[in-house]
Amino acid sequence: MKNLVTRAYEWLDERLDLQDLMAPLRHKTVPVHYYSYWYYLGGITLFLFLVQVFTGILLLLYYRPSANEAFESVQFIMTRVQFGWLIRSIHSWAANLMIFFAFAHMFSVLFLRSYRKPRELTWVSGMVLLVLAMGFGFSGYLLPWNTLAFFATKVGTDIVRQVPVVGHWLMVFLRGGEDVTGATLSRFFGLHVAVLPGITTLLLAIHLALIQRQGISVPGGMEGAMHALKYLRKHDPAAAELWLKQAGAQAERREMPFFPNFFLRELMAWYVALGVLGALAALAPWELGTKADAFAPAPAGIRPEWYFLWMFQTLKLIPAKLGPLDGEMVGVLAFSVAGGLWLLLPFFDRGEGRGSRWILGAGIFALVYMTAMSVYGYLAS
Amino acid sequence: MNPPGADISQPPLPLRRRLVELLLGGGLLASAASFLYPVLRYIVPPPSADLGADTVVAGKVGDLKPNSGMIFRFGSRPGILIFTADREYRALSATCTHLDCTVQYRDDLHNIWCACHNGMYDLSGRNVSGPPPRPLEAYEVHVQGDEIIVSRRQKA
Repeated sequence: MKNLVTRAYEWLDERLDLQDLMAPLRHKTVPVHYYSYWYYLGGITLFLFLVQVFTGILLLLYYRPSANEAFESVQFIMTRVQFGWLIRSIHSWAANLMIFFAFAHMFSVLFLRSYRKPRELTWVSGMVLLVLAMGFGFSGYLLPWNTLAFFATKVGTDIVRQVPVVGHWLMVFLRGGEDVTGATLSRFFGLHVAVLPGITTLLLAIHLALIQRQGISVPGGMEGAMHALKYLRKHDPAAAELWLKQAGAQAERREMPFFPNFFLRELMAWYVALGVLGALAALAPWELGTKADAFAPAPAGIRPEWYFLWMFQTLKLIPAKLGPLDGEMVGVLAFSVAGGLWLLLPFFDRGEGRGSRWILGAGIFALVYMTAMSVYGYLAS
Repeated sequence: MNPPGADISQPPLPLRRRLVELLLGGGLLASAASFLYPVLRYIVPPPSADLGADTVVAGKVGDLKPNSGMIFRFGSRPGILIFTADREYRALSATCTHLDCTVQYRDDLHNIWCACHNGMYDLSGRNVSGPPPRPLEAYEVHVQGDEIIVSRRQKA
């Protein structure tokens, strides 16, 4: 007796030729080696993004994007809607974890040198996705319209003003006027729920298609044998099988099929991530704080979300005047230049040699600098 | 081992294997249910917070001429306040019991009228003609100083 799922699959397969669609998935393999665990980071980031889309849509059922109602509607979600506190807390926690895993994913790609030719575009699309994720964080932070978010947004949009020539225009564009008001809230809301999701979905599709097209990168050193095997499989499958048989179990273990072996492991990681999210949301529900008041003084110890803290702290350390130039402006410019170079990193790596050692050093420096500055930022305020 | 005629190509799964599958499937099903349950409860809206308003100031004496009516806010819903030709205040729910439209006072008919489907109520809120199935809810009216105060009738 065929069960319902099989019958439904066959019905669809007859019409859509699913076998054909699944073929690339079936041939896809995942390298197995000492660093294989790093391969899960991107998938977990993707999973957390999906959680954000889902819980974000749920929050839209009750959220009202206006200066008069935003805070009250979030309060309503937290106190009156059944499980509203859970949905909002998961949205906030998953946002932070998503940024964390995106950074971890980026550094793992950097240290495994997976960005090298032919994967330059995958790196670039990933970097843009990371910037978009931070844009999500920045725009979403304001939406509950509480005191902390209000002043953080004031500071954040004011920093933009330091950009030469277009700075003031850019700040007015972001704020929807000279000040942070209800107009800013409408703008950030539009960015957060329409503009950013649209661009992100498109880029995510490109990022995943590139990975699918080029296969998963293997760290150098393990590359030779893998390439040989892949080449043989493509051009002389019989010889590849023979080679595998002769090389024995050791060679066989060098890769696993993506479907279902890696896929199931990935699902398990997602399941664990969901469990962690639920536990965090239940044990530490996200705070709401007090309603924003444009005529109240800023609260003490104000600082941005942790992933902006290292930049914030750096800007604080730069003296107000560097010769004839504004300190803040120099800092903002330096960050822009560093970000641009970082984006183009793969194009500086020409295989083995000096270039790649340079990049390894830059990666370690960036990681240490960001961690140290974040810790300093926490201790300083 | 196998009875004659049984399908030998697929031997029955050992009991242990079936138990593991049952536990695994049951566990997955249970966790799926525990994710779905909060979501389903979440999308059911809670009872509105401001329906509880029981007493409001509907207007001021002198706002209304005799034989006229006006709509006022009663909590989150509209109410209708009528100053009859006999100089008497009446207050009722302004939501038509037929399909939720907001009713109005017709000074030519001395009645409450719903424009959507030509429903008609008398000044006590009784549905007298047209489609409305039930009368309008009538409220208490008190005049205190120059304020007209409307309150929900206490259920006995």
